[in-house]
Amino acid sequence: MLFTIAFRNILRNKRRSLMTLLAIAVGGIALVLFGEFVAFVKVGLETNAVQNVGHLTVYRTGYFDYGAGNPAAFGIGNYEQVARAIAADPEIEPTLNLVTPTVSLTGIAGNFDIDASKTFLGTGYVPSDRDRMLRWDEHGVSRHRVFGDSGVLGLCEKLKIADCPPRPSLTSATATTSAPADLPSLAAEGDATSDLHGDAPRLDLLAATASGAPNVMSLYVSHAEPQGARELDENVVVMNFSLAQKLLYGRGERKAVGLVLQLHHTADIEPVRARLTQLFKDHNWDLEVRDFAEREPFYRQAVGMFNAIFLFISLIMGVIVLFTVVNTMGMSVVERTNEIGTSRAMGVRRGGIRQLFVAEGAMLGALGATAGVLAGQALATLFNRMGATWTPPGQAAPRPLEVLTSDVHGLLLGAWIGLVVMATVAAVVPANRAAQLKVVDALRHI
Amino acid sequence: MMAATSRTPEDDRSGPAVRFRDVGKVYDDDGLRVTAIKSVSFDIPRRRFAMIVGPSGSGKTTLLNLIGCIDTPTSGRLEVCGQDIAALTDQALTDFRSQNIAFVFQNFNLLPVLTAYENVDYPLLLLGVPARERRERTMAMLESVGLADKRDHRPNQLSGGQKQRVAIARALVKRPAVVLADEPTANLDSRTGAEVILLMRKIQEDTAASFVFSTHDPQLISHADETFVIRDGELAEHRIERAA
Repeated sequence: MLFTIAFRNILRNKRRSLMTLLAIAVGGIALVLFGEFVAFVKVGLETNAVQNVGHLTVYRTGYFDYGAGNPAAFGIGNYEQVARAIAADPEIEPTLNLVTPTVSLTGIAGNFDIDASKTFLGTGYVPSDRDRMLRWDEHGVSRHRVFGDSGVLGLCEKLKIADCPPRPSLTSATATTSAPADLPSLAAEGDATSDLHGDAPRLDLLAATASGAPNVMSLYVSHAEPQGARELDENVVVMNFSLAQKLLYGRGERKAVGLVLQLHHTADIEPVRARLTQLFKDHNWDLEVRDFAEREPFYRQAVGMFNAIFLFISLIMGVIVLFTVVNTMGMSVVERTNEIGTSRAMGVRRGGIRQLFVAEGAMLGALGATAGVLAGQALATLFNRMGATWTPPGQAAPRPLEVLTSDVHGLLLGAWIGLVVMATVAAVVPANRAAQLKVVDALRHI
Repeated sequence: MMAATSRTPEDDRSGPAVRFRDVGKVYDDDGLRVTAIKSVSFDIPRRRFAMIVGPSGSGKTTLLNLIGCIDTPTSGRLEVCGQDIAALTDQALTDFRSQNIAFVFQNFNLLPVLTAYENVDYPLLLLGVPARERRERTMAMLESVGLADKRDHRPNQLSGGQKQRVAIARALVKRPAVVLADEPTANLDSRTGAEVILLMRKIQEDTAASFVFSTHDPQLISHADETFVIRDGELAEHRIERAA
């Protein structure tokens, strides 16, 4: 009976109830749309990060904090054995997409054809593994990678990149078209396959080996990928793992700086991390595990920022719903004062009056939230069909601007519950006022 | 619904329905003290058609509110069905009202969102009466006031007389010890008023409930068993019109 009376009371003043429901529904739509947009950004960032650095990376203990300046000293000598043990582990194996060695290094890259050189941040991958990593797309949000920009070392024209800005001609007296005499000879050792690369642009990479001696290798550039930040576009060189190994370790022991694990599902990170830690302990390997969020601080910062914006919008929507329902229920209490007195005279306790108004608030919240969530989903679907594009954080080229409409049950349920709770809480104050009315005064009210 | 914590009419069948002993009521309106009832002492016997009459502002409605336990005296002792109402907490007073007292209002005061049936059923629901018994008693009550065919009508679909009949059915369906009616015929035409009076009289005789009216209506006063005349907050006269 309580809910019957509450529901019928909602229908009494249809226009006011409709406006209240509309306010709650608009709040719901805003929460759903923005929440799904944030979810889309998050999975986009996650996909980008996982494609680039995997879910987990195994390092020699201390490398992550202290080894970047001397990656050779923190190499993993038995990386093949470790990789085999990880891949064969019965707990890890079902969750594992791949485990692949990687080498990170820094040095100077030169294109002596045009007399240009630049410091570089190099990473060596096994090419086939790198290709597999780039195909990871758990959330179905990955798009074809856009290849482009690489102008600093004059590769733009040779890589036939669209919209390539013309390179100004250099007339300086220092400009030269030939490399220093010693570099080609140093590079020749690792450059036995130059005939296979046709007219691909060549870079000569200079780095220090583990022993501190300079080492030079040449590589032919197949394509350029934007990294989302100019500093990275101008500095990052991704190369064949064996080439990077040669460059970093020279004639010494060939090691890997890290072992990258890419899992099928991001949710498996913690169990796999725990298992890896145990595995390393069992084998007495001095290794540590870092996840992609630790490796890519930008991911955490961007997710944190979007979470903060979402929280802020949620609070604003919550306050709007709160005041709307307080106003509606307050007016309802005033209009129904005589009824409240009658009910109390008949024997309805104060608690019964309170429950009635709180139930009305909860019902308004439930109806408005349901309408808002459904409308939000419908609008999100429509929006995704509009084909809008944008350049998301961490990306260099425009991508489809979408909102994530699948796997967002938690968001939808959270938005619904949040709105209902807010509407219910908003009804408490008017409900208390109604419950505290004196029966005699309420009956006298006209 | 509530637990039965207060006394039922059967607990004290021998005493009067209502007993006033030096009862006074003073309202404090922002420091302005207004004496509504000075000091009254009288009994309203059980199973009677009692009228409280007097000019406007004499204190009739205040007395009715005190009897109905929706207001409390500022002095003296008031017993309803043998229960000292000053001894009850707000919640116990509410439960006591629910079990023992019913109201028939001048403006009917039906709950507009409920049908005639639901309005009559509501007090039984509050008392926790089982569904089947509720159904039987509600329908019997609607039939006794001649509105069984209007059971699904909302108050705004009923005439004034029909509304008051529903209000009477609602008041009596829980079999209260005391029925309080404040100007029950004031908003009805004389013919409908007469029908309502006769209906209440018949039900009073059938149920042996105590009816206490506050009224100016000579037509209603003519049916009184006892009349209490109030003037300036005091009992000016007590007449027994018909012997018990």
